[in-house]
Amino acid sequence: MEAFLSSLVSVAFHGLAYGMILYVISVGLAVTMGLMGFANLAHGVFAMAGGYILTSSLQHTSIPFPAALVLAFVAVAAGSVVLERLLYARLYSAGELEQVLFTIGLIFMAVAVARLIFGTLQAPVILPDYIKGQYALFGREFPTYRVFLIAVSGVMIAALWFGVERTRWGAMVRAAVDNRAMAQSVGINTRRLFTLTFALGSGLAGLGGALGAEIVAIQPTYPLEQLVFYLIVVAVGGQGSLRGPLVAALLIGFSDTALKYWLPQFGAFFIYVATIALLLWRPMGLFGRRV
Amino acid sequence: MQIKSVARLAALALVVCAATASAQTVKIGVISTYSGPLAAQGDQLDKGFKLYLKLNGDKLPPGVKVEPIFRDDTGPNPDVAKRLAQELIVRDKVQFLVGTVWTPNAAAIAPLTKEAKVPFVSANAAGVNIPYLSPYFARVSFTLWQSAYPLGQWAAKKYKRIYTAVSDFAPGHEAEEGFITAFKANGGEIVGSVRVPLANPDFVPYMQRIKDAKPDALFAFNPAGKQATAMLKAYADLGLAKDGIKYIGTGDLTTDEELQGMGDVALGVITAHHYSAAANRPANKAFVAAYKKEYGENLFPGFMVVGAWDAMDLIFHAIREQKGKIDPDRTMALFKQYKNANSPRGVLALDPQTRDVVHNEYLREVRRVNGVLANVELETLATMLKDPFKELKGKK
Repeated sequence: MEAFLSSLVSVAFHGLAYGMILYVISVGLAVTMGLMGFANLAHGVFAMAGGYILTSSLQHTSIPFPAALVLAFVAVAAGSVVLERLLYARLYSAGELEQVLFTIGLIFMAVAVARLIFGTLQAPVILPDYIKGQYALFGREFPTYRVFLIAVSGVMIAALWFGVERTRWGAMVRAAVDNRAMAQSVGINTRRLFTLTFALGSGLAGLGGALGAEIVAIQPTYPLEQLVFYLIVVAVGGQGSLRGPLVAALLIGFSDTALKYWLPQFGAFFIYVATIALLLWRPMGLFGRRV
Repeated sequence: MQIKSVARLAALALVVCAATASAQTVKIGVISTYSGPLAAQGDQLDKGFKLYLKLNGDKLPPGVKVEPIFRDDTGPNPDVAKRLAQELIVRDKVQFLVGTVWTPNAAAIAPLTKEAKVPFVSANAAGVNIPYLSPYFARVSFTLWQSAYPLGQWAAKKYKRIYTAVSDFAPGHEAEEGFITAFKANGGEIVGSVRVPLANPDFVPYMQRIKDAKPDALFAFNPAGKQATAMLKAYADLGLAKDGIKYIGTGDLTTDEELQGMGDVALGVITAHHYSAAANRPANKAFVAAYKKEYGENLFPGFMVVGAWDAMDLIFHAIREQKGKIDPDRTMALFKQYKNANSPRGVLALDPQTRDVVHNEYLREVRRVNGVLANVELETLATMLKDPFKELKGKK
């Protein structure tokens, strides 16, 4: 019994950590796709860029780890503004198929460029000592980096929720997404608003890629390989909300971990079965709104 | 006047004939992976082929030249590989084929080489059954049994209870079977086995289960790079080393080209393999120095580079012995007697019966040497080891 309880604690912790990893790498997409309604499959490109910024700056400069995380956010957000003005903005009113084709093309280009610049090998993450090793809590030991990840994600979730639900900016974004023409006619500069929101989503993607780099290795094919996980989180969570992807990520994190622990021979495909079942049950996602 | 010009023409024709007769060009078809998500491994093979051609491309009898023709199979795509091989054989009339990274691709090419009588050298594809598919197939890379089997014998002397965790694809299954066969035959107990999916973002749940089973050691096989690293990180994150659970595996876990990127989590990992860039043999030191000079001071050649290098050496041996006039059956006879004491991996020969590689297996530990991570060779596990799978289960 004690062994079972102790494994239950482990599964709960690792499930939470895995859910947070999934959320962290997908949260940027929850903003661009979930909030703005743009099917940005190239989300992983921004995450990969953030990851490379983190790994390169830790490897070649002496800036501390938290500063490298901030740098990943800021640099990716700034870079995305250029892309948004040049490319994305033209496709806001286009259909989903055009958006998907366009962003898939971006992925292939980014994969080739990353291979040219960084080579094909994975980029090493040099962590500072204070987030390495194990962390003792209630007489059990937990991996320190995952504790750190859960804490940072918690702060990020709170800040994002507050920003979207409780600030004037959040209200303007929600208004502009629901009815852009009406929002414009009441004097909201939707063009600037969308640029800023897109920058936020991309910055979060960069931050997620950087935070997750220790667990989900950064290498040129990252945007393609992780794509399925972002899409699962956002699709299961449902478009148009920030709460949905969080619940979806946690649900998948917990159940996937539990199954891999207790029934490892089925662990491989559970996440996909769960996705299919959930979407059959609720085609719009857990918290999706009919648009 | 007319007679004179005819004579001149005839003389000219004779000269041209003589020139073509003395300039023998041997065509080698190279099939590897140059694009797609899995191009990293193809890049390793390519570096080995090109380094050999650059340094040894002229060590041929007078008048004999080699023309390599490179083709991209884009990843584990047997149909593409087969089509490329067909084109190389029929259209380009290559006299040798060499490649591939992937076993399915080599297995698709092998039957063609039997029909067309074109010697085909595997520089990497390690699937244990490929030699059965064609008498014109030879392999200088390795089989997974060759590393996993002697490691299992060694482990049985040191550990009583072992957990195995391998990636769920053919090489993983072969490594698992080879290791467990040897470990059990020598009195060891397998407390659990798990096959993890190839595309797996998080290994922690599996690792927690292994930690709770409290084995003496964990035998792992994952493709080198991010999978092997992710598994090791999960092992380190959960502190299995502190619980006294040793991490062992075939050399695929800690390949030399990926090792620096894996970081300190790899320290202390015990592996069995035929090649380490850190080996002290003079031939290897010269090889590593040439590699670094060509491709960069911070890069290390992995076993695939060596596989490609040795494959070229085998082909060059056959070309030299036949002075450029290639006969497929004579080539295979030469292959079967091939022995090279100066391979970067040490001594290398082919088993005349199976056309599979025969070489030494070394036990290595990851340590930090002069500031870089290295697979330091501790002892020789097996000398001139033939593929144990074919020794045990018969050579068809």
